[in-house]
Amino acid sequence: MLVSILTAGAEAAESAGLPQLDASTWPSQLFWLAVTFGLLYWVMSSMILPRIGAAIEERRDRIADDLDKAAESRRLAEEAETAFNRALADARAKAQAVTGEAREEVNAEIDAMRKDAEAAISAKTAVAEQHIASLKASAEAKVREAAQETTRAVVEALIHETPTPAVVDAAIAKAVKA
Amino acid sequence: MIHAATPGLQAAGPMEQFEILPIVPLTLGNIDVSFTNSALWMTIGVVAIALFFFFATNRRALIPGRMQSVAEILHEFVANLVRDTIGHDGMKFFPYVFTLFIFILTANFFGLIPSIPGSPHNLHTFTTTSHIIVTFALAMLTITIVIIYGFAKNGLKFLKLFAPSGLPIWLMPILVPIEIISFLSRPVSLGVRLFANMLAGHIILKLFAGFVIALLGAGGFASILAIAPFLGSIAIFLLEFLVAALQAYVFAILTCIYLSDAAHAADH
Repeated sequence: MLVSILTAGAEAAESAGLPQLDASTWPSQLFWLAVTFGLLYWVMSSMILPRIGAAIEERRDRIADDLDKAAESRRLAEEAETAFNRALADARAKAQAVTGEAREEVNAEIDAMRKDAEAAISAKTAVAEQHIASLKASAEAKVREAAQETTRAVVEALIHETPTPAVVDAAIAKAVKA
Repeated sequence: MIHAATPGLQAAGPMEQFEILPIVPLTLGNIDVSFTNSALWMTIGVVAIALFFFFATNRRALIPGRMQSVAEILHEFVANLVRDTIGHDGMKFFPYVFTLFIFILTANFFGLIPSIPGSPHNLHTFTTTSHIIVTFALAMLTITIVIIYGFAKNGLKFLKLFAPSGLPIWLMPILVPIEIISFLSRPVSLGVRLFANMLAGHIILKLFAGFVIALLGAGGFASILAIAPFLGSIAIFLLEFLVAALQAYVFAILTCIYLSDAAHAADH
């Protein structure tokens, strides 16, 4: 079965011969090849290929341009950032200087006020101490006076004799010592 | 003989698809230049290419659409091919290489379109590149450009292509004829390669398709066997797409290599 089909195919191929070798068709084929290929070459080289080339070129230029622009923008952004950072650092330094000055001023004021206050306090203290000392002295004197009077009164009542102040003093001194 | 399996299904011989059939008879002087099925498919191919590229590049958008992307990819593909093989001053051949590549590619691909069943034979799909005279003419065009450019650029130093400098004198009698023969065989191999690939592919496709018809016609168990050549024809059909693109690429790259030889003949 298959063999008969194969031989049939081969027979058909043989009987037909190669149409390619029929030289009578060659002029027509060459003529139309020249016409169509020539036309295609003309259309391609004069219209279409320049168009495609231009489109590709344009895109390439555009991309290069955009990349340049992007690089430029980046550079500007970086510059702005450094400027900003510098300004920030300056401002911070200034702020620190200002706060430092203010602190010194305040400290100086506080010192002055403290000194004033201390001076006032020490003056008052001195006055008070003086007062205390005088009070103490007058109190002693009064106690001594009271003691002398009491002594004199006691002695008068006991022996009806008024002692001299010198004797009383000596007796009191003796008693205080004891 | 192969019989029709069902009415209307006619298994044509594998060579019928290559027949040149007139559509509009024409003569130029006494030369027959009839508008044939071959001419029709050349025209269809060229018109399709022109229309595609015209609409693809019509808007010239900065962000390309689908068609423009395809056009640009093809452009860059061939441009890189030319630049890489010939160098920057080879870009003057770019339109030629591009036209050659796209012409052959389209012819090969359009030849794979199935014919409309029942249409007249002279309107069946036709592979223009399956004819040796067409491929050989394109090969000769390339070689002619190579020779003219070679002499124009290098003068007589172009002949150094056949006798590279630094070659020992006693090797000359052997090597020079070899180089000349290899140069002369270039257009032949260039033309025959494309022609033979197209011819063989289409014959095999047709044979497989013929087997399917014949087995179906035989009926019974043989009809079931028809699945094998049917799958085979699908596989061959897919392979032919690869061959179609590959052969167009091979033709273009060999053209570039020969042009590169012509451009740099004096440096050898």
